[in-house]
Amino acid sequence: MEGLSLIGMVSVITAGITIAIGSIGPALGEARAVDRALAAIAQQPDESATITRTLFVGLAMIESTAIYCFVVAMILIFANPFWNALSQAAGS
Amino acid sequence: MTISPDGIVVFEWGWLRLTATVVWTWAVMALMTIGSWLITRRLQTGTELSRWQNLVEVIVTGIRDQIRQVSHQEPGGYLPFVGTLFLFIATANLLNVVPGYMAPTGSLSTTTALAICVFVAVPLYGIVYEGPLAYLRHYVHPTWLMLPFNVIGEISRTIALAVRLYGNIMSGTVLVAILVSLTPYFFPVVMQLLGLLTGMIQAYIFAVLAMVYIASATSAHERQRAEDDDGDSS
Repeated sequence: MEGLSLIGMVSVITAGITIAIGSIGPALGEARAVDRALAAIAQQPDESATITRTLFVGLAMIESTAIYCFVVAMILIFANPFWNALSQAAGS
Repeated sequence: MTISPDGIVVFEWGWLRLTATVVWTWAVMALMTIGSWLITRRLQTGTELSRWQNLVEVIVTGIRDQIRQVSHQEPGGYLPFVGTLFLFIATANLLNVVPGYMAPTGSLSTTTALAICVFVAVPLYGIVYEGPLAYLRHYVHPTWLMLPFNVIGEISRTIALAVRLYGNIMSGTVLVAILVSLTPYFFPVVMQLLGLLTGMIQAYIFAVLAMVYIASATSAHERQRAEDDDGDSS
C-alpha cells in the first residue's frame, strides 16, 4: 500500500502543477492575440469579419495546448494507468 | 463520476456491446437524416417558401460562403464533406440542452473517427483535384529534407484535431458535473450555456481546419502554375 499512496500523491500534485503551468502560456498567448485583433478591428472595421474568423481559429489553436494539459490532468486523476495496474496487483 | 459516454453500456448481448456513445451518435444521425428528408421532400422554387426550407437554405448558403472565403475556391466539391462535419458536430453539441443526453463528441473515439475522416479526405481530395504525382510532390515541396517533417505534421495535426474537440466538450461536461456537486441550481446553468457556445465554436473550428487542410492539398498545383506563369511572362 506504500507504493499505491505514493502514486496517488504524486498524481494529484502533478495534475495540479500540469494545469497550473499549462494554463499560463495559453492565457498570455490568447491575450496577445485578442489584443492585436482588437487593434486591427479598430483600425479597419470593414475587415472585422475576416479578422474575427482568423482570431477564432487562432484562439482555438492556442487554447488546444491548455486543453492538452487539461486532458493529461484528467487522465492522471481519473484514469491513471499506474494506479490501476498497482491496485489490481494489490487486489489479486 | 463518468467523464465519457464510453463508460455507459446501454445494451449488451454476447460480444455485442452498445455504449451510450454509439446510441447517441445514431440518435443524432437519425435526427439529421429524417429531418433533412422531411424538409427536402417538397422543395419549392417559387416565392412561397416553407419556413424549414428557408432555414436549410440559409445554412447551406452560409456554409458555401464560408468555404469560398476560407479556401478561395468554388465550394461545390467540398460542401458535402465539410458541411456534414460541421452539421454533425454542431447538432451533437447543441443537443446538450436535452436532459439526459450525452454528447457523443465528448468521447475520444468519436472525435478520433472524425479526425481520421479528415486524414483520409486530404489525400483523396488532393489526388482527385491534382493527380497522384502532383499531390505526392507536395510532400517534398521546399526540399527533400522536409519529407519527414511533412509526414509528422500530417499525423500530429490529426491527433490535435481529435484531442482539441474531445478536450473542449469533455471539459464542459466535467466542469458541470463538478459544479453540480458543489453549487447546484445556478452556476451549472451558466456553465452549460458557455458549453453550448464552446460546442458551436468548436464545430466551426473543426470544419474550418478540415477545409484549410484540404485546401492546402488541392491548391498547391494552382500556386505552382501561377509561379510558372509569372516566370514565363517576366
